Amino acid sequence: MNAVLESSHDAHHHGPVNTGLKRWLFTTNHKDIGTLYLWFSFSMFLIGGVLALIIRTELFQPGLQFIEPEFFNQMTTNHGLIMVFGAIMPAFVGLANWMVPLMVGAPDMALPRMNNLSFWILPFAFTMIISTLFMPGGGPNFGWTFYAPLSTTYAPDSVTFFIFAVHIMGASSIMGSINIIATILNMRAPGMTLMKMPLFVWTWLITAYLLLAVMPVLAGVVTMMLFDIHFGTSFFNAAGGGDPVMFQHIFWFFGHPEVYIMILPAFGVVSQIIPTFARKRLFGYDSMVYATSSIAFLSFIVWAHHMFTVGMPLAGQLFFMYATMIIAVPTGVKVFNWVSTMWQGSMTFETPMLFSIAFVILFTIGGFSGLMLAITPADYQYHDTYFVVAHFHYVLVPGALFSIIAAVYYWLPKWCGRMYDESLGKIHFWLSFIGVNVTFFPQHFSGLAGMPRRVPDYAMQFADFNMISSVGAFLFGFSQVFFLYVIIKAIKSGQPASDRVWEGAHGLEWTIASPAPYHTFTEPPVFDDSEVHS
Amino acid sequence: MEKRNTKTVSKLVLMVVGMFCFAFALVPLYDLLCDITGLNGKTGDRAYKYDAAILTPDKSRLIKVNFITNTNADMPWEFYSEKGGVRVHPGELKEVVFHVKNTTSRTMVAQAVPSVSPSVAAQYFHKTECFCFTQQQLKPGEELDMPMRFIIGPEIPGNIETVSLSYALFDITELAARGSLPSGQAG
Repeated sequence: MNAVLESSHDAHHHGPVNTGLKRWLFTTNHKDIGTLYLWFSFSMFLIGGVLALIIRTELFQPGLQFIEPEFFNQMTTNHGLIMVFGAIMPAFVGLANWMVPLMVGAPDMALPRMNNLSFWILPFAFTMIISTLFMPGGGPNFGWTFYAPLSTTYAPDSVTFFIFAVHIMGASSIMGSINIIATILNMRAPGMTLMKMPLFVWTWLITAYLLLAVMPVLAGVVTMMLFDIHFGTSFFNAAGGGDPVMFQHIFWFFGHPEVYIMILPAFGVVSQIIPTFARKRLFGYDSMVYATSSIAFLSFIVWAHHMFTVGMPLAGQLFFMYATMIIAVPTGVKVFNWVSTMWQGSMTFETPMLFSIAFVILFTIGGFSGLMLAITPADYQYHDTYFVVAHFHYVLVPGALFSIIAAVYYWLPKWCGRMYDESLGKIHFWLSFIGVNVTFFPQHFSGLAGMPRRVPDYAMQFADFNMISSVGAFLFGFSQVFFLYVIIKAIKSGQPASDRVWEGAHGLEWTIASPAPYHTFTEPPVFDDSEVHS
Repeated sequence: MEKRNTKTVSKLVLMVVGMFCFAFALVPLYDLLCDITGLNGKTGDRAYKYDAAILTPDKSRLIKVNFITNTNADMPWEFYSEKGGVRVHPGELKEVVFHVKNTTSRTMVAQAVPSVSPSVAAQYFHKTECFCFTQQQLKPGEELDMPMRFIIGPEIPGNIETVSLSYALFDITELAARGSLPSGQAG
């Protein structure tokens, strides 16, 4: 291990070649690109959050107060698109860029130039999407699922910009995934076999394959839309022999794996953090790997559970119902393993651990409401109500997003060499925890009572639940601005962090100096079993 | 290392290209699946060939067939069937006349798109002649009686007593003018 430390000390003196803006534009360094991804996704998170608050402001009381229904539809659509493709996904890619090379002991990503490209096309895609809001006719207003013919025959003119933006972010995701797979498969430190890889690396390997499998399908479906809109084809136009229902099938063939793309890396993150603060090895490492792989496989054969009410043969409904429910088995294995890891551990509750424990509990609640939705006859009632909104926000906000926040608190000391303020971190956690539950828990009830999704106005009986929801949303929103303050304070004036940072931390990333030198592992490190922890 | 990366990348790129093509392959696959299962109540886009000599009506069963007609979006034509519904024996050939009128002052082209409910019945709903196999071009004010002949296959499951056939009439004047439509493409 000494050899590693010395080599990274040598490397310490070699900083970035360029300075200023040029450094970030031309960088091929995985740490720089990881940082860019993380800041980009945070800014998208704030923009998507503003759209969410516009939605919640309008829904604070029944009736139309602030915005027109047409604009409301643009808000829901763009909130979904920006959060899914702009905030959650790039944040995980950013974490992968920073951590995968450090965790497998590689000097950089396998294809550094492509890495630069895959980041720098993203701002163009989102500038395009956001600019549509200011165009005549408005931006996308057909929901983030952009069902045809809403997104073709009845779409605003700006839909073409939306299509190209989806193409660009798809290309970015595909290049990012190729890079991650090549790094993991070809650049691991000697001695690190596949089954000794940290779980974050494992989950990202599987996620990257999912991305490569479904992003081209998304690109295909938007290409068909483009052809329908501009070149007179009739893929989704019944008049010309097409079928709008086919859009839903192709979209959800992409869409269901997509939701696991947003949650598998989250599984990886908490599987790193919980063992650290429970001071125990991860319980059931092998079963975690197999569970992740089974979830990835199952994600391809359950898509039609999003469209039970569109009509399909009984056999189809039964198949998709049972296939969906089977996913609860590997997911249950994971939850069991996390709880067992904590069982009888010497637990401490630093901020990353708090977010991870909240993840386990709240994600499981989201999983249970998912099981309810999987029941075909029950889904006929729940479909397109706020119950669905509550369900997927429970798995995405205290699920995916909490894991990203946990990861930032966990690895920030390694990135910038300074600790965040633990008290402020805890305040941020509790504000977020309360905020997220106040926002989304009442939506279960308004949904079960029949409140439809994507409406700017609603019946009087939903008024109380919506008011509570809106109050929670503002609390949650402002606690994320507080998060920004906590991070900036840590970067500017945090206490210096030790190399190991956390007492119970294991893994190659903790063997290098804090902050991580610009170039690390230029000589492959020696990987021995003392650094295996998950 | 360089070599291994190139190999990995080329494999992965191949996978991406393959999946992009697969997305387009899903279109014919979906049509095939609809043909086999009757998903979405599609009734096929060709006239049913049958041999009257061997087709014997099953007098023991009587199935009610409802006809629903509607015009899509802003399509202003009149469109209705002469009967709201008929009762037929499985295996019996029946004719129903549908009526259209172009109520506008310009020449328009229309395409009727059928759908059968319950969708499992679609594969037993055989049409020997249907206006939905072709497009209708009508001058301003022109009217047309369009016969539709059908047979319900005797092998239709016993629990189906009522079948609804719905036609949506689409305005395809622009699509037809573009020449991007093969005739009778609609399923």
